[in-house]
Amino acid sequence: MAGPHPTWPAVVAVVLVCLGTVGLGAVGLRLSRTTSDFYVASRVVSPRWNASAIGGEYLSAASFLGVAGLVLAFGVDMLWYPVGYTAGYLVLLVLVAAPLRRSGAYTLPDFAQIRFRSQAVRRIASVLVVGIGWLYLLPQFKAAGLALRTVTGAPSWLGALVVAGVVTVNVVAGGMRSITIVQAFQFWLKLTAIALPVFLLAIAWRADGAPDPSSPGQPALRHATTVRLTEPVTVRVEEPVTVRVDGVVNRQATHGDLHLTVGTASFDAGTTLTLTPGEPVPHVEQAGTGSGPDWATPFVGTTGRDHPLYRIYSLLLALLFGTMGLPHVLVRFYTNPDGRAARRTTLVVIGLLGTFYLFPPFYGAMGRLYAPDLLLTGRTDAVVLLLPGRMLPSPWADFASALVTAGAFAAFLSTSSGLTVSVAGVLSQDLLRGRLRNSVAGFRLGTLLAVAVPAMLSLLTLRTSLADTVGLAFAIAASTFCPLLVLGIWWRRLSVTGALAGLLVGGGLAGGAVLTTMATGSRSGLAGALLAQPAAWSVPTAFAVMILVSLRTRGAVPGSTGRMMVRLHAPERLHLDAARLPADRRERAPDPYTPALGVPIAAQPQPVTPELPER
Amino acid sequence: MNARTGGAARGRPSQRIRVTAPRTAARPLAGSLSPRREIDEQTGVGEVYMRSLVRAQLRLGLSVLAMVSIALGSLPLIFTLDPRLGATRVLSVPLPWLIVGVSIYPLLLAAAWWHVHAAERAERDFTEIVERY
Repeated sequence: MAGPHPTWPAVVAVVLVCLGTVGLGAVGLRLSRTTSDFYVASRVVSPRWNASAIGGEYLSAASFLGVAGLVLAFGVDMLWYPVGYTAGYLVLLVLVAAPLRRSGAYTLPDFAQIRFRSQAVRRIASVLVVGIGWLYLLPQFKAAGLALRTVTGAPSWLGALVVAGVVTVNVVAGGMRSITIVQAFQFWLKLTAIALPVFLLAIAWRADGAPDPSSPGQPALRHATTVRLTEPVTVRVEEPVTVRVDGVVNRQATHGDLHLTVGTASFDAGTTLTLTPGEPVPHVEQAGTGSGPDWATPFVGTTGRDHPLYRIYSLLLALLFGTMGLPHVLVRFYTNPDGRAARRTTLVVIGLLGTFYLFPPFYGAMGRLYAPDLLLTGRTDAVVLLLPGRMLPSPWADFASALVTAGAFAAFLSTSSGLTVSVAGVLSQDLLRGRLRNSVAGFRLGTLLAVAVPAMLSLLTLRTSLADTVGLAFAIAASTFCPLLVLGIWWRRLSVTGALAGLLVGGGLAGGAVLTTMATGSRSGLAGALLAQPAAWSVPTAFAVMILVSLRTRGAVPGSTGRMMVRLHAPERLHLDAARLPADRRERAPDPYTPALGVPIAAQPQPVTPELPER
Repeated sequence: MNARTGGAARGRPSQRIRVTAPRTAARPLAGSLSPRREIDEQTGVGEVYMRSLVRAQLRLGLSVLAMVSIALGSLPLIFTLDPRLGATRVLSVPLPWLIVGVSIYPLLLAAAWWHVHAAERAERDFTEIVERY
């Protein structure tokens, strides 16, 4: 980046968003002490508000920054990411939305226990929630570091620390997360922050003669730009180019003009490069942009990513079937009054997300014209934050930069708060239980653990981009919770043993692939593609294991399955659900959640019906 | 299980039962439980009611899923098989960008809308059957 200088409006925006979050958290604490948000929400909040709240929590760093970055680096094929993020809610709608709400489960481990009456299934579900939550939190912190660095030049760890700190304070104090209205507001803030600058940028682009981002040739800068590398970088030079270098190139100290021939060149961290306007920009090896037409054409411009067709299909599978298994999504469905409202909420969510995702690709396309130096540093995820400053005249540039920065921080904070509450709840309830006397202390320790682990990991150099890391979390969710939910809801013969085996095999396969990819980076070749996008083979395997093991262990089908089907599928107004209370209340954990923290208690008041004999 | 489904199902010859035609056509349901109790008490008939609802909803969900999968899944294949399509431009924007970046979203919304209405209709039908008696 060109000598990052603090842009004060953007800094003010970050401070305002952080203060606003903590402030609303404090208000939320008072509200949630007097009345449980659940009761308020379920009576007052319409599907429209509820859907905005889901959107507010769901649109994370990967959506706000990551999609545009991927489009800049890899072109049209990356548009499948937002399609998958949205279509995941369609799959959720048609397969699980209403039954999941009717199950009365507040978390995924709750569902496991309600459906299977098994502590073992519950425990594995808890471990998976923590794993998926950490994997999803990691890129949020990473993105926060990147964002703060981009707008102020502060070191990367500072942004991660700020977001981790605000989230911890907020969740420990117990507020924001439980307030539907605040999350709903976050959605509209993010939509405004991504959409409004697009109109300004479009005007500037037209005034510039509307250059074509997909015009032939390598992307080139319009103004002389100096780039300082903070990490060692290996670039691919597609057309010979002369750059002014101050630093270490191919392990040799170099100062002055350097002629780069076609091939690769490596630069050490700390090297400064000055690029001449109109000259082709070399790009990092991982970014696969060829010439403009290749970038704009499906399955051509992805030179850095082989087996593009397999990758797209596997990615779509992960996103479509992973959404239902994300820890922070299910909780929001609980604030719907009934299954019918859960469906209508999901419908509105699809509309809202579809509207949001119209905008990020525009930043990616503009980035090819106005910020191709990001291809050289590999920090393409910063394109949304940088473009307003590059394209707009002075007062507008400050305004739009502040807006996108505020939107980005709103995205980090809302998603990480939602995830942290889910992970902390599971950690304190299922994994730390019995080790601490006091449940409030347990929740606080859970929160610290939930935030600290991914925050530390985010300081390590990650080999995967924002949207890719989030994609891995989706892959694990799709290989574990998707078969558990889908078969649990629709198939009576699913046995406890089958569920356990499927969770272990699916989680083991997808988790192993994810860890390998994150540790070693995306490798080329078929094996690399299979590991980087495991869903296409791990999801069918998990389904197959659950079904086959269940068919061999018919004795282990829970006796309550018939009643559970009534509960999951019969409309609430019929009050058919005799199974709902007596048995559950007996088996439910004695202290599900701590009301003082604003997390609603999972049990809801229901007409108590006499317990009927199983058979 | 309720006694009504026992006996004959076990395959053991129980005592002989005389079968006669019902005396009047007006009372075919005499002696049977209401659908609500059939479901509540998990009888075989109640199972049939529930299974029909679950099957209807599952069929509906899977058909929406199949339609959307075919629509989404065929696009990458079409783009691969016919690269000329990728070069086509509409209003100076390459066609794949318009299809994947814009026009898929209304399609998803329409599919979701259709599913919500069909699922609610299935539930209404079920409610009517259960509440009729």
